[in-house]
Amino acid sequence: MSVSTDAPHVVARHVTKSFHDHVVVDDVSLEVARGEVLCLVGPSGAGKSTFLRCINHLERIDAGEILVGGQLVGYKRHGADLRELHERRIAHDRARAKVGMVFQRFNLFSNMTVLENVMEGQLSVLGRPKGQARERAVELLERIGLRDKLASYPPQLSGGQQQRVAIARALACDPELMLFDEPTSALDPELVGEVLDVMQELAATGMTMIVVTHEIGFAREVAHRVAVMDDGHIIESGAARSVLSTPEHARTRAFLERVLA
Amino acid sequence: MQPRSQAQPVPAPAGHELNGVRGPTAAPPRVLSATRPWSWVATIVGCACAAAIAYAFWSAKTIDHQTIRDYLFDPAIVDGAVKTLELTLVAMVMGIVLGVVLALMRQSEHPGLRALSGGYIWLFRGTPVLLQILLWFNISLVFPHLSLGLPFTGIELFDKPSNAVITPFVAAALGLGLNEGAYMAEIVRSGLMSVDRGEVDAARALGMAPSRVFRRITLPQSMRIIVPPTGNQLIGMLKTSALTSVIGFGELLLVSERIYGENLHVMELLTVASIWYLVMTTALTLLQRPLEKRLGRAYGSRAKRGQLRLRLMGMVGR
Repeated sequence: MSVSTDAPHVVARHVTKSFHDHVVVDDVSLEVARGEVLCLVGPSGAGKSTFLRCINHLERIDAGEILVGGQLVGYKRHGADLRELHERRIAHDRARAKVGMVFQRFNLFSNMTVLENVMEGQLSVLGRPKGQARERAVELLERIGLRDKLASYPPQLSGGQQQRVAIARALACDPELMLFDEPTSALDPELVGEVLDVMQELAATGMTMIVVTHEIGFAREVAHRVAVMDDGHIIESGAARSVLSTPEHARTRAFLERVLA
Repeated sequence: MQPRSQAQPVPAPAGHELNGVRGPTAAPPRVLSATRPWSWVATIVGCACAAAIAYAFWSAKTIDHQTIRDYLFDPAIVDGAVKTLELTLVAMVMGIVLGVVLALMRQSEHPGLRALSGGYIWLFRGTPVLLQILLWFNISLVFPHLSLGLPFTGIELFDKPSNAVITPFVAAALGLGLNEGAYMAEIVRSGLMSVDRGEVDAARALGMAPSRVFRRITLPQSMRIIVPPTGNQLIGMLKTSALTSVIGFGELLLVSERIYGENLHVMELLTVASIWYLVMTTALTLLQRPLEKRLGRAYGSRAKRGQLRLRLMGMVGR
């Protein structure tokens, strides 16, 4: 678990995003170092997930800029402004940025088996030969303890198993940055642990991770840094232990009291 | 937790009856299905009515069975059936291609493309298909010449009188195919909309190109929704193609009409045509089922769950 001091992995500058007239992300600036694990916490509707989806351009931002590995994802400079690229070019940039993403509702491809799910990105995006993709998929599924589920379809698995497959699917494309969007919120309480364990192992390998979560315990134990979002702003950010134990902001305290209650 | 001891049956001596209830050693009762006597009555009455009507037709002195047998495989009739099939397939292919294009336009981010698609569907669904067939057939009244050239250059690539281009087959295919496109657009759209946005997001997040996302995720998943109604449309088209008899396209119905126009065996030839239509629609229905099954198979447990549900409802045998 070492955080690099080189150029930051992710830089967000004055990012603003609205849906219709509602400003969801309001002038957010943030830096994430290579190998850093950042937990984004805050009340529902604070704009955490939307901000996360802006990082790999699943959502278009209205103003500001986000750099991943020093490069824009799906925009090009147009004088002082940015211009959004076509979806095909955005896809190209996403692949180049090496960002993996894990969703709250798993979102496994329901027309494919577990094995095919983990192979798909390798075949479609990396252009890996089938044999190699299969080998890598099996290796990953073995690591998360689902070697015996290769031929199962997603609905045949428990939520925890589906989420672990989703993590394997993202890892199969060799990402350098992993985005987690409330990965345990849709899980039954007894299944949360197995997913957090996989994430903790991943953090130990030095992967840069941005995790939107309500699991304060996970944040305290695994995150290097915690940023608290409220009403579209980052109201507080700092070392996990200090933010979570001695929050400065009244709204952070109020939020933590509610979550930990 | 304590077992609920009071729920345990009171032990009774073997074979002993207590208030008419058999003791615990007797075999548990079998559960029989409810009897449905009125369903049987309705079935018998219905069959009797159908048989009476069939017999009335069969025994009618005015229907000559020999004529039906003579014309069933008459070369003109067979040729008409083949033309019906040809027209159906051409119109359906046109309809499906148009439908996919229109559905994709309808989902476009661009309001202009969405409006164009909406306008097309509004126009072609809002007028009778028979009228559209007549309109294409009579297009020469508006445009006596069809020509294609580069505007302002005087270069003509193609110029022919409309009546030479718009044969009855072309008018029939245009009428049916363009109309079908509007209906298929709605079917394809409902299929595309059935695909989970989250799965598309996941594919995009992996860095998959849009065309790849469409081919690997959206299309295979929407096929499950698109194929069954498309099968129905195909069968519908086979029958609707009979409308083109009004513009003189020599399909099955027109051929039959021409023959009975001469020999006056109206009912016999309509029967012959009915038999052919039934054979063709039955064949298409039989093709439809294995195809739907195949598509369902990719869905693993979901398909199985669906089958289980059907079985529970008593619709599928073991």
